[in-house]
Amino acid sequence: MKTSAGRERAIWAAIAILVLLYALFPVASIFATSFKQPSDLTSGKFLPTEWVTDNYEQILVGNAQGLFLSALWNSVGIALIATFIAVVLATLCAYAIARLDFPGKRLVLTTALAVSIFPVISIVTPLFNLWRSIGLYDTWPGLIIPYLSLTLPISIWTLAAFFRQIPWELEQAAQVDGATTWQAFRKAIVPLAAPGVFTTAIIAFFIAWNDFVYGISLTSTEAARPVPAALAFFTGASQFEAPTGAISAAAIIVTIPVVLLVVLFQRQIVSGLTQGAVKG
Amino acid sequence: MASITLRNLVKQYGDGFPAVNDVSIDIADGEFIILVGPSGCGKSTLLRMIVGLEDITSGDLLINGERVNEKAPRERNLAMVFQNYALYPHLTVFENIAFPLRLAKHRHSEEEIRRMVTEAARTLELTDHLERKPANLSGGQRQRVAMGRAIVRKADAFLFDEPLSNLDAKLRGQMRSEISQMQRRLGVTSVYVTHDQTEAMTLGDRVAVLKKGVLQQIASPRELYEQPVNLFVAGFIGSPSMNFLPAAVEPDRLRTPVGDIPLAADKLRAAAGRQVVLAGIRPEYFEDAALVDEAKRGHGYAFTAELTHSEWLGNEQYGYISFDPSPEIRRLLENLARDMDAEELRPQIVVTLDAASRIRGGRPAQLWVDTRRVHLFDPETGLNLTRDAEAGQALTAEAEAARKEEINLARERQRVPVQG
Repeated sequence: MKTSAGRERAIWAAIAILVLLYALFPVASIFATSFKQPSDLTSGKFLPTEWVTDNYEQILVGNAQGLFLSALWNSVGIALIATFIAVVLATLCAYAIARLDFPGKRLVLTTALAVSIFPVISIVTPLFNLWRSIGLYDTWPGLIIPYLSLTLPISIWTLAAFFRQIPWELEQAAQVDGATTWQAFRKAIVPLAAPGVFTTAIIAFFIAWNDFVYGISLTSTEAARPVPAALAFFTGASQFEAPTGAISAAAIIVTIPVVLLVVLFQRQIVSGLTQGAVKG
Repeated sequence: MASITLRNLVKQYGDGFPAVNDVSIDIADGEFIILVGPSGCGKSTLLRMIVGLEDITSGDLLINGERVNEKAPRERNLAMVFQNYALYPHLTVFENIAFPLRLAKHRHSEEEIRRMVTEAARTLELTDHLERKPANLSGGQRQRVAMGRAIVRKADAFLFDEPLSNLDAKLRGQMRSEISQMQRRLGVTSVYVTHDQTEAMTLGDRVAVLKKGVLQQIASPRELYEQPVNLFVAGFIGSPSMNFLPAAVEPDRLRTPVGDIPLAADKLRAAAGRQVVLAGIRPEYFEDAALVDEAKRGHGYAFTAELTHSEWLGNEQYGYISFDPSPEIRRLLENLARDMDAEELRPQIVVTLDAASRIRGGRPAQLWVDTRRVHLFDPETGLNLTRDAEAGQALTAEAEAARKEEINLARERQRVPVQG
């Protein structure tokens, strides 16, 4: 018994290490590349021969500063606004779907699903034309709106599943205790739904943060261009130099918020706050 | 403190099915009313209509004489204990109990809230757990927190929706007596839904028996037990259930599967004109003929029957006699079992015998039945033909007097330690 359990654990550990290597090797490679000198890029070695921060200086204070910092500002702003709107709308929508029985409930859910599986590339051209004629091209709202179409469906689905788990009695108890419908929602349901809302917000943020197709098609200047699109416009110090180092440094910088978010909110996501609401 | 009046309440769902059908009950101030019935009888729906979580299709609901049909739950000032307790998992026990007080903004100062919650926690023995979260409490403690939330706000009435069904048997007995004592001490009007007839019989001043949304009978537990209005109430109240024997009516006796039972003339007269009736005899009306008191023997009738088997329980024993009814009667008994949410059983008579009885299964034995307490039921309508309404009312009036006395006693007892 004991040895077989130990062996099983060893096998799982081996698999976990393999998966981790597979997933993290590219990140490690980019991380190493971001500290290389331009002359070191083609050396064929994994680690830089000399660790330098030239690439970071170039994008943060150097000649690529204008391109990168404005893109970073666009990315953060657009992704946060899109996430915020998606979460607020999805919370209200999912709550209605979980609690109320109204005609067209299934229609809302199916439509949301249909929208989310629609290929982005097929809408981007008509959207490009439409945005140009109504003046949304190359603006923040011009990206926030399409991002909502990506983030809303998944937010509605995850939140609806989450709300269904919260016992309805809690809300009814609050109402009997003297709460209005809104108070019952805010004081009994929202605190319990918080982990679900966090999870949803993080997923929505990642989707908006990682988008490339909309970002490159619907923007043309630094006014709205997000980081993933801006990376394509990096140039080397001279036309004979590849901007690989600068791109790597930028990639590492845009990865940092994602990692931070996961580390910070991991406990919220995992903690099962609903335990104990009903007989355990 | 409040009286609650239900006047012809109807609850109809979208498909037209009446979950509650024309129920009228007058609940006096301080009374403990039990709604009991098999699952799907509408008892929980009725309770939720009173508290305002279900709309009322028609009829009037009055609290203290004022019609509250259209009022939201929060405007009715009632407290409810849910089956799964519905504690707020993100709040501590203290905050859970304080929740209704905090909602009533500006009415209570922080200091006042602290005092009221501590007071409620003390009566419920929760003082040591005030800073814990519900997830860390045992079932009985969660139950008490739910009660604390109800008693802290001085509600007009308490509503309980099967509050003990999630507890194990031992704890259930303990909580039952705690609820009963608390209700008497506070003298607060209470409506309690349960499917457990032990809870119904022990807690209720009056018990309302419901079947398929229709109120069958509302009376004190003793009246329900001794003077049921129909087959359903007779069969539902009491454990083991009342035996129903098909019986042919003869001028001076009943012909039953266990022999001819001579019966008082007035009972037989009530059944006159019917070929077949159902004789309802509770298991404890039977006894081992050898162990019957001489003084009682004359009130009953001894007969010979063969037990299939018996079960010895220490304080008493159950014997089983099987019989073979006609197909119509069999169908009737099966329908009755289905109505009562029971398994369909082989037709058999359960008899309760003294623990000292030496009667065992497989051999003919001398049994005795108390014929004074036999009820006769119409097999078609299910009505009790031999119900003594006056005797029943007397029993309920007795319970009412006992209730008032208990409340007064409890109030006096409460006053004494304050003075001392």
